Amino acid sequence: MSSGAGTLPAPAGARLRSRSRPGVATVYRWELFKLRFQKRTYLGLGAAAIVPILFVVAIHFRHHRGDNGNDFAFASYLTKSGLVVPLVLLLFGAVWMFPLITALVAGDIFASEDHNGTLKTVLTRSLERWQIFAGKALAALTYAIVAIFISGTVAVIAGCIESGFNSVQTLSGTIVSAPKGLELVYMSLLIYLIPIATVVCIGVLLSTITRNSAAAVVGTLMISLLFQLIGILPGLSATVPYLLSTQFNAWQGLLRQPIDWAPVVRAAWVCAMYGIPALVAAFLVFLRRDVAGG
Amino acid sequence: MTDAPPDAALASPGPAPVEVRGLVKRYGDLTAVAGVDLTVHAGDVYGYLGPNGAGKTTSLRMMLGLIRPTEGTVRLFGRDPLQSVQALDEVAGFVEAPTFYPYLSGRRNLELLGSFDGGDARERIERSLETVELSDRAKDKVGGYSHGMRQRLGIAAALLRDPKLLLLDEPATGLDPAGMRDMRLLIRRLAEQGMTVMLSSHLLAEVEELCNRVAIVRSGKIVYEGAIAELKRSAGATYWLLTTNDERALAVCRAQPGIEDVRTAHGRIAFTADDAAVAELSQALIEARALIQMLTPQTVTLEDLFFSLTEGDGVINGGRPAGEPAAVEASR
Repeated sequence: MSSGAGTLPAPAGARLRSRSRPGVATVYRWELFKLRFQKRTYLGLGAAAIVPILFVVAIHFRHHRGDNGNDFAFASYLTKSGLVVPLVLLLFGAVWMFPLITALVAGDIFASEDHNGTLKTVLTRSLERWQIFAGKALAALTYAIVAIFISGTVAVIAGCIESGFNSVQTLSGTIVSAPKGLELVYMSLLIYLIPIATVVCIGVLLSTITRNSAAAVVGTLMISLLFQLIGILPGLSATVPYLLSTQFNAWQGLLRQPIDWAPVVRAAWVCAMYGIPALVAAFLVFLRRDVAGG
Repeated sequence: MTDAPPDAALASPGPAPVEVRGLVKRYGDLTAVAGVDLTVHAGDVYGYLGPNGAGKTTSLRMMLGLIRPTEGTVRLFGRDPLQSVQALDEVAGFVEAPTFYPYLSGRRNLELLGSFDGGDARERIERSLETVELSDRAKDKVGGYSHGMRQRLGIAAALLRDPKLLLLDEPATGLDPAGMRDMRLLIRRLAEQGMTVMLSSHLLAEVEELCNRVAIVRSGKIVYEGAIAELKRSAGATYWLLTTNDERALAVCRAQPGIEDVRTAHGRIAFTADDAAVAELSQALIEARALIQMLTPQTVTLEDLFFSLTEGDGVINGGRPAGEPAAVEASR
C-alpha cells in the first residue's frame, strides 16, 4: 500500500457531506449489470431461445413423417401458421420450463448475496434495505420478462420460417389475419407474465428465507409443480380455477371471439393472492433479518 | 500512538463517533454480547480486543446495523443505524473478511459500491485504488484476488465513502508481514488526517502500537475500557528483587506501604509498586541490612494485561500479576 500522503482521498474537512442519495433505480441498474456476468442468466435465456428452435425442428421432422396429430390444443395448426408455435410453447412451458427459467434468477438473486457474503457489503453503504429489496425484485422480474419475450420472439421467427407467417384460427373457430395473430401472440405473452410474476415473488421469498440458491430454485419449481399436481388430483376440481397453474392458461381467453377477459381478470387476482403475500413476506424477512454470516 | 491522548478530540463538539450502551445480543440461550458499553471519541484509534467468540464481530455488526440488538443502543455520531442508513453516512468499514462480487473486476466492484454510496464517491475510485496499490490489478476479477488483495480492496471500498469513522474487523488478518506493516501505516496515516478508527484485532502488539484507547471484551462483556496507558498504570509495575538476605527483605516488603502482591518465586521476591514506593523500599532494605543485588522492573505489555483480563480473574491488581512468566524466564 502506498505510504505517500498525496494519494489519500481528501481529508475529513473537505468531504462532501450532503451526498446525493442513490435509490431503487441505482440498485436495479446494477442488478441488471450483474446478471450479465452470471452463468445462470445465460443458461435461462439460452434455454428460452433454444427450446423454441428445438420445438420447431421437432415439428419439421414430425411433419415429414406425415404425423400431423391432433393430440393437444393447436397441434393441428402448427404446420399451418408459424404464429401457433409460441402459443403451443406457452402451453407446455407452463409445466416446468418457464417456472424453472424464472426461478433460476428469482431464487438466486438474494441467496447469492448470502453465498458470496456480499449482503453485508451493500447493506453498509447509503441504501436503505427496502431500496435494495425493490431493486433486486425488479431485476428478477425484468429477467423473467426478457426470457418470456425472447422465447416468444424466437418461436415466432422459427415457427414462421417453418410454417409461414399465415393467418391463425382462434379457439372460437374464426380466422384472424397474420398481423392480428402476431398482435395476439404478444398480448398472450403479456398475459402470461401475470403468473410468471407470481413465480418471481415465490422465488424471491424462498431466496430470502432459505439463503440458499439451489434450495430456492428447486423449491420454486416444486411449488409450481405442486399446483399442477393438485389440479389433477381427483376430488379437488373445485380448486382448479384458483390454482397458480391454471392462470398460465389465462392468455387463451384472448384467442376467443369475442375476447374472453374473465380468465385474465381471474388470473390477475388469483396471482395477486399468491404473489403479494409472498412478496410482502420476503420484504419483511429481508428488512428485519440479521446479517450474521459472510 | 499510545502517548497521544485524544484530548483535543474529546473537547470537540458534537456527538461521539460511536456510543454503545447496554448492548446485548442473544441467540436463543446463547448470549453473544452481554451488555457492552463503550464510547469512541473523535480522533481515537480504538482497539476492540477479545478472544475468539468474545462477541467482537457481533458487536461490530450491530454497530453497522447488520444485526438487531436484543437490548441496548448504538449511536454513530448520535444516529441510530437501525433507524436509518443515514447513520452510516460518515462511517465505513467491514466485518470479518471484506466481500465482493467475484465475477466482477475490482474496479467494477468499487464502481458498484460508489454508486450505492451516492455523492462523489465514484470520483474517488482511482485514488482509493492507488492508496491500496491495486491499480494494476483493478481490471482483474475479484474471484482471482488473494486474501490480502481483497483486504486492501476492502479498505479502498471504505475510503470511497470518505468516512470520518472507520470500523475495521481484523484488518490485518491473513496479510503477510509486509501487508500488515502497510496496513498499519495506512491506518496511522488515516488517523493522522483526522479519521477516527475503531478496529478489532488479535495482534496485540499492533494494537498497542496503533491505538490510544482500547476495550477488552470477555464472554460478551467489557472488562476494560479506556486508555492503554491508563490500563498499564492501573496494573502497576511488577518488580523482581534479589538481596543479600531475602528472608529479611520479604518481611520488609510486606511491611512497606505501597508494596503490594508480595510473593516469592524462583528464588526471588516479586511485588508490584509504583516508582515512589520502590524508592522508599530501597531505603528500607538498606536500613534492614538486606542489600539489593538485583531490582528489575518488568514491563507490562498489553498482551500481559489482555491475558490477565481475559483468562485470569479479570482483576489487574491482584491474582496473578501480568508478566510473571516472562520475568522468571528473563531472570534465569
